[in-house]
Amino acid sequence: MKAYRTLLKNELKMSLRGMDMVLFAVIMPIVILVILGIVFGQKPAFEGAEYTFLDQSFGALCSIAICAGGVMGLPLVISDYRAKHILKRYQVTPIKPSLVLIVEVSMYVVYSLASLVSLFIIAMCFFGFRMRGSIGLFLVGYLLVIVSMFSIGMMVGGIAKNSKIAGVIASALYFPMLVFSGATLPYEVMPEMMQKVVGILPLTQGIKILKNAALGLPMDNVTGPVIFMLVIAVICSVIGIKGFRWE
Amino acid sequence: MNAIEVRNLTKKYGNHTAVDHLSFEVEKGQVFGLLGANGAGKSSSIECMLGTKKMDSGEVKLLGMDPVKERSKVFERVGVQFQESKYQDLIKVGELCEMTASVYKSTQNYEELLTAFGIADKKKTYVKELSGGERQRLFIVLALIPDPELVFLDELTTGLDARARRDVWNILSQLKAKGLSILLTSHFMDEVEALCDKIMILKKGKTVFHGTVEEAKTVSGKENFEDAYLWFTDEEVEYEGV
Repeated sequence: MKAYRTLLKNELKMSLRGMDMVLFAVIMPIVILVILGIVFGQKPAFEGAEYTFLDQSFGALCSIAICAGGVMGLPLVISDYRAKHILKRYQVTPIKPSLVLIVEVSMYVVYSLASLVSLFIIAMCFFGFRMRGSIGLFLVGYLLVIVSMFSIGMMVGGIAKNSKIAGVIASALYFPMLVFSGATLPYEVMPEMMQKVVGILPLTQGIKILKNAALGLPMDNVTGPVIFMLVIAVICSVIGIKGFRWE
Repeated sequence: MNAIEVRNLTKKYGNHTAVDHLSFEVEKGQVFGLLGANGAGKSSSIECMLGTKKMDSGEVKLLGMDPVKERSKVFERVGVQFQESKYQDLIKVGELCEMTASVYKSTQNYEELLTAFGIADKKKTYVKELSGGERQRLFIVLALIPDPELVFLDELTTGLDARARRDVWNILSQLKAKGLSILLTSHFMDEVEALCDKIMILKKGKTVFHGTVEEAKTVSGKENFEDAYLWFTDEEVEYEGV
């Protein structure tokens, strides 16, 4: 436990020095929240809807940090630590090198939670947001999105030959999901044809779950997305663990 | 019990045999020098001994234990400095020491080690901003943090100036007097002569000499140890000898 705490503390310190996660996981979602709040204000999501546009977007905004940490941060740090032989150095210490991976995952969970809390407070205080569904259910969905998005990142980081390739794959996954899955550009404003296409992005399905939970809509709406996310998590974890190389 | 026992260690990369039936032992409190040109198989041997590379055949015991099966027990008491030590981009000296110390049950005070190696004032400096010599000393400090009984130092003083090399020798001699066993590789023969109780010279993965520095001089018929080393590693001379 001592090792876990000390490693996490110092990894966080280094990451804060780098600033990129603060920017992409914490500040960017807030900026988008403020823009959506100002543009759409308290307007209902559609004519006759009981909830506002912002209530509907909250789940999507919460997923930006998960996407940044899981799909961008995690694969980059894993491939970087492997290239720099930092994982190898831990192999000749008493701890398991896998603890280093657990520490990295924890760090990106911390960022995701920081984003969730800050969005919640700002949306509630300034834009009249309220959680219509059960918070417990929302958190379960949130956890599921974390697990499946992070498993994608672990897979990419685990099997990419070097950090350059990891960077390319991470970007190819991260940017389309960020823009087209509804995390930044609201899914509801997309043409129907486009909605069908972006439906294959894992984050699109994850956001459906979060949205549904935040709005308190019946859970059987999201049986499909839940199964989809579980399948992604299982497939990516298996490939990631089987193909993982320390060096 | 010996600090290190190696029996018939063999490592192949495809058809190329990097380490060929390496066998030796290091008694407790001894300093053992593994010598040879770049590519002779020193680092591969060390990595196989540590279990970071898989050997094709052979047996290794560190402090009487199997370094792969009893990994966490072994590395509680064995310190390692790899040849190319890299580190996180934005890490500071003190943080690297703190993180290293956190993974062991019992440790030496790293502040004292930093002081002994003359880099205590660098605690808040980024590792990447250290000079080559300072960084090399830092990585020796990291290897000593677990208060080890056995330490592996690959290319011990590469990048150090004459003064710093002498300082490192003195510290290692003191630690040796307290019972620390050391396996080191080095390209500086004066250093090997000053520190090593026993040496082994490798050439293309094969052992060409195993014994003391004095014996190496006698066998080669050279007065100077560096000449003796070159005699053992130089191809032409050896073939003439055959």
